[in-house]
Amino acid sequence: MTMTAMTPAPGLKMPPEGARLFAAADPSQATHLATYGIIPDVTPAQLLEQVRMSGLTGRGGAGFPTARKLEAVTSGSKGPAVVVANGAEGEPASRKDAELLRRAPHLVIDGIEVAARITGAQEAYAYVRAEVVPDLRQALAERRPTVKITVVAATDTFVSGQETAVVSRLNEGPALPRFSRHRIFQRGIGDRATLVQNVETLAHLGLIARYGGVWFASAGTPESTGTFLTTVHPVTEPLTTAPTVWEAAHGLSLRQLISPAAGRPVEELQAVLIGGYHGTWVPLPAALDAPLSRAGLEQYGADLGAGVLVPLASTACGLELTASIVAYLARQSAQQCGPCQFGLPELAQNFTALATGRVGRGGVEAVRQSAGLVENRGACKHPDGTTRLVRSALRVFEKDVTLHQYGRCLARIGEPYGGAR
Amino acid sequence: MTRPLIVDWTACEGRGLCADLLPEVLTQDRWGYPQNRHPGPILVPDELEGPARQAVRMCPRLALRLESA
Repeated sequence: MTMTAMTPAPGLKMPPEGARLFAAADPSQATHLATYGIIPDVTPAQLLEQVRMSGLTGRGGAGFPTARKLEAVTSGSKGPAVVVANGAEGEPASRKDAELLRRAPHLVIDGIEVAARITGAQEAYAYVRAEVVPDLRQALAERRPTVKITVVAATDTFVSGQETAVVSRLNEGPALPRFSRHRIFQRGIGDRATLVQNVETLAHLGLIARYGGVWFASAGTPESTGTFLTTVHPVTEPLTTAPTVWEAAHGLSLRQLISPAAGRPVEELQAVLIGGYHGTWVPLPAALDAPLSRAGLEQYGADLGAGVLVPLASTACGLELTASIVAYLARQSAQQCGPCQFGLPELAQNFTALATGRVGRGGVEAVRQSAGLVENRGACKHPDGTTRLVRSALRVFEKDVTLHQYGRCLARIGEPYGGAR
Repeated sequence: MTRPLIVDWTACEGRGLCADLLPEVLTQDRWGYPQNRHPGPILVPDELEGPARQAVRMCPRLALRLESA
């Protein structure tokens, strides 16, 4: 379907079929314009209306409706607002933001300009992984942006992409989450109303401004509209540093996305981690045909988050992998909030003890208790994201949890004594 | 009616005064940080508004805030 709700403007290309964000063959401005055409000159109110119709949600992980965020910034603004393109991508299992900035930097810049037009911002920041700063700088040099855009290299830490950490860093502070009496959309950078949007969200905005909200919603499902970028890992352990980034329409099945990279029949997988280190384990093969959409993942207590998929072979131990992720997350605490600072190392320790079969039947209870001690007790979502992962592991690897309490392991069941230590 | 009690966890150092002044709502975890006696957000019922305001005022780290209902 290639309908557009707007009157086509001169110079507007027909929207691409199939790949949207990744439709251009190279990152140059010439190819970008040849692929997508120019953005029609319409009013901020018309643009906002198209965003509302598109159903676009934030692609950074939280999945908040973009139109509502734009409205909050626009109405909460006394002076001119500030737009922040967030490409910090502190999640180590995710590569999609860097890949997008490498392949389609002009779409992200378009999105920044559109967001600035809607919110009345005259100033914007692009806070991106250091490795893609040159790509973005080169794209900016090819055009004359309608808004002043400052490129800042993100700090390479897990929490550096949390909204309050981004704003703190751009306010010349450390890239650490902050507790604030005000919401960022009211007072963020320089105490001005601030829109923080993931770079992928902005790239979609660049397309919605061209082809309209109805076009955007013509891909995906009714409640999860459009396409999304997903980082799919092959079935390896430890986690590979070379996953594949795909652009896929919401509603495709897990099977369709995992199969190409699995390197083995997908029926032999035991689970998949959806959403990254703060994500949720989902059981396989049970969920193989679950559509990747809000409704499709709801019954597994999961959501796509920032689109990370990590499939787990049945010959690997899900508890061991989870333990190593939890240990990493504990090290990534900003050490600002006591419950997170003291609670996450304890949680990691208890989970490792469970995963290595070093505890008896009290092991699971100890994990649950330490998870309860960090939940809802921090300035950011780091503790909550970690306990979400932990609780899903206890749920999905329930049988293995039981075995581990007897010093055995499902993944090593073929070994004498089932891998007893 | 209840009011949410917000803790600025980046400021809190677990001195424990709030748990002393508002024991009906708060206890301390094993590291000394205030812990809600019930799961979910910390809620202060109307009849405890006085002690809650005192806890907010007297917190040596100014880490507490009582929100309007």
